[in-house]
Amino acid sequence: MTKSEQPSHQTQGPPDVMEKIKEDSRLLRGSLVESFQDSITASIPDDQTKLLKFHGSYMQDDRDIRNERKKQKLEPAYQFMVRVRLPGGVATPEQWQTMDELSDQYGNGTLKLTTRQTFQMHGILKWNMKKSIQRMDQALLDSIAACGDVNRNVMCNVYPDQSDVHREVYEWSKKVSEHLLPRTRAYHEIWLDEEKVADGREEEPIYGPVYLPRKFKIGVAVPPSNDVDVFSQDLGFIAVIEDDQLAGFNIAVGGGMGMTHGDENTYPQLSRVIGFCPADKIVETAEKVVTIQRDYGNRSNRKNARFKYTVDRLGVDWIREELESRLGWELEEARDYNFDHNGDRYGWTKAADGTWHHTFFIQNGRIKDEKAYQLKSGLRKIAGIHEGDFRLTPNQNVMIAGVTDAKKEEISAVIDEYGLTDGRQNSALRRNSMACVALPTCGLAMAESERYLPSLIDKLEDILDEYGLSEEEIIIRMSGCPNGCSRPALGEIGFIGKAPGKYNMYLGAGFAGDRLNKIYKENIGEEEILQELRQMFKEFALNRSEGEKFGDFVIRTGYVKAVSSGTEFHSS
Amino acid sequence: MSLQVINSPFNKEQTELLNQLLPTLNEQQKIWLSGYLAAGTDSGSGAAQEIEAEETAVKTRHVTLLYGSHTGNCQALAEDFSGRLKENGLQVSVEDMDRYKPKSLKKEEDLLIITSTHGDGDPPDNALSFYEFLYSRRAPKLDGVRYSVLALGDSSYEYFCQTGKDFDKRLEELGAERFVERVDCDLDYEEEAEDWINKVVHSLGTAAEEKKGKTAPSPQAAGPVYTKKNPFSAEVLENINLNGRGSNKETRHLELDLEDSSLEYEPGDSLGIYPINEEKLVDQLITLMQWDPELSVTLNKDGEVRALREALLSHFEITVLTKPLIEKLEPFTSNEKLQEILASKETLQTYIEGRDLLDLLADFGPWELGAEELIQQLRKIPPRLYSIASSRKANPDEVHLTIGTVRYESHGRPRLGVCSGQCAERMEPGGNVSVFVQKNSNFKLPEDGSAPVIMVGAGTGIAPYRAFLEEREELGAEGNTWLFFGEQHFTTDFLYQTEWQRWLKDGVLSRMDVAFSRDNEEKVYVQHRMTERSRELFEWLEAGAYLYVCGDEKHMAKDVHQALVSIVQRESGRSLEEAEAYVADLRQQKRYQRDVY
Repeated sequence: MTKSEQPSHQTQGPPDVMEKIKEDSRLLRGSLVESFQDSITASIPDDQTKLLKFHGSYMQDDRDIRNERKKQKLEPAYQFMVRVRLPGGVATPEQWQTMDELSDQYGNGTLKLTTRQTFQMHGILKWNMKKSIQRMDQALLDSIAACGDVNRNVMCNVYPDQSDVHREVYEWSKKVSEHLLPRTRAYHEIWLDEEKVADGREEEPIYGPVYLPRKFKIGVAVPPSNDVDVFSQDLGFIAVIEDDQLAGFNIAVGGGMGMTHGDENTYPQLSRVIGFCPADKIVETAEKVVTIQRDYGNRSNRKNARFKYTVDRLGVDWIREELESRLGWELEEARDYNFDHNGDRYGWTKAADGTWHHTFFIQNGRIKDEKAYQLKSGLRKIAGIHEGDFRLTPNQNVMIAGVTDAKKEEISAVIDEYGLTDGRQNSALRRNSMACVALPTCGLAMAESERYLPSLIDKLEDILDEYGLSEEEIIIRMSGCPNGCSRPALGEIGFIGKAPGKYNMYLGAGFAGDRLNKIYKENIGEEEILQELRQMFKEFALNRSEGEKFGDFVIRTGYVKAVSSGTEFHSS
Repeated sequence: MSLQVINSPFNKEQTELLNQLLPTLNEQQKIWLSGYLAAGTDSGSGAAQEIEAEETAVKTRHVTLLYGSHTGNCQALAEDFSGRLKENGLQVSVEDMDRYKPKSLKKEEDLLIITSTHGDGDPPDNALSFYEFLYSRRAPKLDGVRYSVLALGDSSYEYFCQTGKDFDKRLEELGAERFVERVDCDLDYEEEAEDWINKVVHSLGTAAEEKKGKTAPSPQAAGPVYTKKNPFSAEVLENINLNGRGSNKETRHLELDLEDSSLEYEPGDSLGIYPINEEKLVDQLITLMQWDPELSVTLNKDGEVRALREALLSHFEITVLTKPLIEKLEPFTSNEKLQEILASKETLQTYIEGRDLLDLLADFGPWELGAEELIQQLRKIPPRLYSIASSRKANPDEVHLTIGTVRYESHGRPRLGVCSGQCAERMEPGGNVSVFVQKNSNFKLPEDGSAPVIMVGAGTGIAPYRAFLEEREELGAEGNTWLFFGEQHFTTDFLYQTEWQRWLKDGVLSRMDVAFSRDNEEKVYVQHRMTERSRELFEWLEAGAYLYVCGDEKHMAKDVHQALVSIVQRESGRSLEEAEAYVADLRQQKRYQRDVY
């Protein structure tokens, strides 16, 4: 296809209403200022909530009490979630302390570490939003473009064997993140009281006035760890290290998790590698890929608007040619790479530069204090003495990095004092588990996730124990809805919520995040889940081949067929 | 144009007669004649007349299309279908179930319901209230209403299309007539939905001539007149705590059924309730005194007799101690300490505070007191008055109240307000309560609906303003309205929040300012909000506004009054005395009315 044959922006039908909202927003300003001043409601109008996402915040409500409050003639318990932009998940101890304090002062007293390596703070009331964002700003944190139809938080591997290379890869991730930030000063005007830019004096050179058709996600992996689930990203970069030097990146396009129940035109997809670029070309390459999606993504149907559908519609080869044409140079052939896992390595590890890293197991990324487990306080105390950085992992855990021998002792003492766990006493299944937030705050959730998965795992652990599988690494992921924040389509065992207590069950993803799973049972409850898995675990214990992973086993033994492309995700 | 045989259904003779007559008629006569003829069409004349008659009948039927929608599919269908119905010449109104006033239900003619099912067979959120209304005891008989249901769902769920099924079943139970069978659609609903609407359109077209004869309501037989002396036993329809979880407050919203009571009230009036004492308290008292609960005692001079327990529960005051009561009971005890208590005002006052009859009887035995003797000393239980929170025009057979629960602990026992405690704990829907209307001519909306109205209230003081706005909404009053409301916390204590929001949106309420005293470090009250809006508030007064204040006298009304005087001073340059005179004049003109307690 040549330039003159470009498909139109709108693949079919009129633009989605969201396009008009963006267009009329004066580069993401809308009437957010006025909406936040309205004292009669703790909410803001629907169209403004959509713009607010671009500022890194979702309006939510406590769904547990929604109907109760409706009867009481009270509006829903509206509150806001703020998601920080934190490229590569790297935060300073001061930034950790700021988030910790803010969550107590204005949030619900907990922090959520997300599957995209950042902080989420829930439960902020309308009147406290500005104060919260200003405090974040003082700690050099922002939430610009953490949500919305733009490039989201750029993910980056946290477990380098070579610290120098990690630093370099991380710096590139940060550059990509910063380069792809919207240029509008709307965020600074609305939340930070910056002086207003005169009308018409601003533009968005990369995005244009209507931004992207849908969200856009970028992740950077460093083999052999695929912790960022690089194939689940709209755009993935795979670091290629040759002679201990970062040579460049393989480029993978068109991955994504979200779909809609009952709509087979939507599906999770893994990205495909289209070539290689030298390290210093990563920013340019990312920008051009984003502009292809800007120009060719579907703007009439948001359910079909992610880059993966653009790639599948136009073809991988076309994307590569278009990218090369926009870059003005050709991609090199992809280099070899090998991933062997996507989970985290817990506990203390020693880096090449002689410093130490310690990874804590954080169940579902929730940092909170409980009577018996003062996780939040313990980490706060560590933030007070730690001199390296905090790295939020793509598996919702946290690592403290760059600990010197001298500090290691001091930190170990705090770890012991608070009993902070590296997950060792848990089953390997639990250590490899992820759940999204879901109820009560997420407006999309159809079923429980974060509040339920731990208790399901309690029951599965009993079964695993029975069959001697407690130390078997099996990836289990649960999402409350098919949008898939916990990347459930990459779980060897995956659950996607359908209704309270009911889940679709998926099986057979690759252990290194390199193969999608497939639906096994639709709409089942706990009893059936346990029954099915008991049978499978039993067979797995008896009949597995040497070193065979559970995701491979269920395919070999015929529970599900292997999925080689998202386009066959639904086929039987 | 004159009539001819070819352009009219008349024969030659008729056309000649008509052509003679018609030009001589004036407009009024023509109109009268056409009405006269139209009214008598059933005698069966020409085909043209029949068609006309049918069209007239079509126009008189009204279709209401209600949708419950979670993801927007049902809403889109409803909007689409309403267009289709209109194209077919039908009068249609489309509403979100949440926005629909269920009270209009019995007046409906043709009712169409389009709904999805949420989760495990639950109604979508915006259908929930309507759903609960239909399944409540308040759901009206729907004889004469015709309906059909279109249900959307997902067959992978166990309770496929359950909400649609429930509506279908319930409407039938209520006496409505299903004129097109329900259709259940799966995720791919388009075709089946199309079939359904086609059937509906077809059916409405053909069934149109069956004119629905609305029978006039039969005149009510003159029933008894209910008064304070002869209270009406009203059924409790609804009893809701208006305060959200985590609140320090408990405020009850009560809805009572006044059907057949012929009780009448206006916004601003109060409702009296005869409370019933707490059973536990009565039982403890009887046990303490070792009396027989079934013992007959005389209630009054007329010699009415009740069992002791019943008398203490429903007829006498046992929760308040007074000096006369203690003096009257003193001779019945040999305990000298009671004498000491009665000896000085201070000791008496200290003792009375936070104590009741049970405390007195427990503290000062041994008693030589018979049940009948006690009863003779007790006061009749007084009714409690509450500002009515509803308009009778908006709720013809109901009255609503807003009651703050009084709960505290004193002298080692949790205590409950007699009436508010009853409302909070012992007034289930389906139960009954004795009520009467207490007129209050000093708290009335201006007769001129275009006069601006300013309403100031804190806590339950908001009650009459709900009545005001309901009334004004019904009347279509055009004057501006401004409400100041104060409570402790926005999230939990914004009483009737969603109703004010709706009225603000619809323009029934022009503006609203709120003061939540405990949400910020510095305490903010309604008078502060008034002062902040000083200029506009004074402008409203100068434009003839009526100002109302309702609620706690000691803590609010006094401060509001002072704020008002200061506002007049500041905005008009009057001296303190002149400003007070200005406010006094407002009161004189009935433009400053208060209902404080």
